[in-house]
Amino acid sequence: MTAAVVCRGLEKTYVKGREQVPVLTGINLEIEQGDFLALMGPSGSGKTTLLNLIGGLDHPTGGEIEVEGQSLGGMSNKALARWRSENVGFIFQFYNLLPVLNAQRNVELPLLLTKLSRKQRQANAETALEIVGLADRARHKPGELSGGQQQRVAIARALVADPRLMVCDEPTGDLDRDTADEILELLQMLNADHGKTIIMVTHDPRAADHAKRTLHMDKGKLVTAGALA
Amino acid sequence: MSLLGLVWANLFRKRTRTVLTLLSVMIAFLLFALLQAVSVAFDGGVEVDGTNRLVVGGKYSQIDQLPYSQKQQILSLDGVDKITHTSWFGGEYQDPKNFFAKFPVDPESYFEVYSELDLEPAGALERFARERTAAVVDISLAQEYGWEVGDVIPIQGTIYPKNDGTRLWEFELVGTFSENGEGSDFPLFLFHFEYFNEATLFGADQVGNWTLTIDDVERADEIANQIDALFENSSDPTRTTTEDEANRQFARQLGDMGFITTMIMSAVFFTIILLTGNTMSQALRERIPELAVLKTLGFTDSTVLFLVLGEALILCVLGGALGAGLAMFMGPGMSAALEGVFGSFEVTPDIFVIALGLSAAVGLLIGLLPALTAQRLAIVDAFRRG
Repeated sequence: MTAAVVCRGLEKTYVKGREQVPVLTGINLEIEQGDFLALMGPSGSGKTTLLNLIGGLDHPTGGEIEVEGQSLGGMSNKALARWRSENVGFIFQFYNLLPVLNAQRNVELPLLLTKLSRKQRQANAETALEIVGLADRARHKPGELSGGQQQRVAIARALVADPRLMVCDEPTGDLDRDTADEILELLQMLNADHGKTIIMVTHDPRAADHAKRTLHMDKGKLVTAGALA
Repeated sequence: MSLLGLVWANLFRKRTRTVLTLLSVMIAFLLFALLQAVSVAFDGGVEVDGTNRLVVGGKYSQIDQLPYSQKQQILSLDGVDKITHTSWFGGEYQDPKNFFAKFPVDPESYFEVYSELDLEPAGALERFARERTAAVVDISLAQEYGWEVGDVIPIQGTIYPKNDGTRLWEFELVGTFSENGEGSDFPLFLFHFEYFNEATLFGADQVGNWTLTIDDVERADEIANQIDALFENSSDPTRTTTEDEANRQFARQLGDMGFITTMIMSAVFFTIILLTGNTMSQALRERIPELAVLKTLGFTDSTVLFLVLGEALILCVLGGALGAGLAMFMGPGMSAALEGVFGSFEVTPDIFVIALGLSAAVGLLIGLLPALTAQRLAIVDAFRRG
């Protein structure tokens, strides 16, 4: 089976004034298709930075990164944007829905970049909302939804373009335990039933328990098995 | 939903703020369109047919009178064909609001020099020349005040009293004139100079301007210089210009409308650009994380730039269209109220199109900086700031 994500010697260094701050140092990692991986570690360990690089939101300073067989290293911002729209679904801690749009239109957003007709876009958005169990709230704006419902809309938005990879940054960090469990079960369902590869950053060991495997990071390095030899 | 729908939704995220901004842009363009119409009305008043006509006025001021004796001296110059004269009489008809220019003229020479004017009914010119209290008026004046041939029109002499001590000048309407059947934007009331000259308490044997035709348009400058040289050392020096320029100077007596309009609109647009630009920048700052989300979802830097620029453009063009549209709607009413002052006042489709173009330019100017900021936004930095 082709690996969904391969990182070799991945490095990321931020420059603050004259100071160079290494955030990731020599990350070697392989994630299989259909995996559900939890990334854990203390604040500042580089989890989100690694997630951003895998999701094509940032450029690495060194090393190589391949996602779905495509090297992201040399891609321009424009090419990377297009690649993201077709290959990755993003889920954030604070949902990041557009408050001026209702649930259906928020879900429809990624499809505006496709050649689908308006009817097709609406139909796909409705299907995605059905999958997350929110078809009856399609016309509600984010401000009219609970945190858990907003996160479900965000998940529907992440999967509406049918990407194979979903990256989640603390997806339950802003939710109570019961709601968090519902969201995690939803992610498990997307992984098991829809074959999505999911990478989830979390501080919460109970959230990580829902993943198939967990990797720990500290000071910009992977510290547990799972990394490439 | 479409990208335009997304722009529209973002534009009205804070409805009150957007509506107030829209209103301010609308009022700016309402002002622009109305002032533009005023400016055009002033310029429109100086468009004349006679390119072979020169106007001789006082050198230092247009209110300086010139002696009647200059007539023969000017006529004797080589190249001068015909000559006539006009004078500003002032005067009121029933109400000071009934504004129109009244000139004592020499009937025959006036209609020889202004040969493009058609007098009606037949024989009107002969009656005008023959009868001392006769008057002829622009057809638009006759229509406006419901005058008919044979009517006696009383004019109160605000500048010139009669030598019997009264100020009431009465004229019998003997005809109307028009050019190709249409009235003028600056309609005139013409009456007999000899009647004025005999009956006025002061100002006899003087005229306001000489208007003359010349044989050769190419010699206009040369003849103008000759006339001015002729009277340079007299007690009544002259300034000779083309008729077009003379009319423009007349309009400028009321103020350089182009300059005034430009100054007012500059102040208005400067304020609008600052206010709306600040509003757009503030709206952008509030949405940095949302723009980062759009980029995360795959919207390119250029698409985000156009989304933000689109908001400013729609806001300004919509405001411009509403403002200029309102001005067009108000135009006919204002035209009726201002006709005597400005001649033809009309918010034309051209002004509407100019307002639209200008509003788009203002939109681009206002939106460019926020749009470029949005375009350059790095996703990771934006999430960190949000």
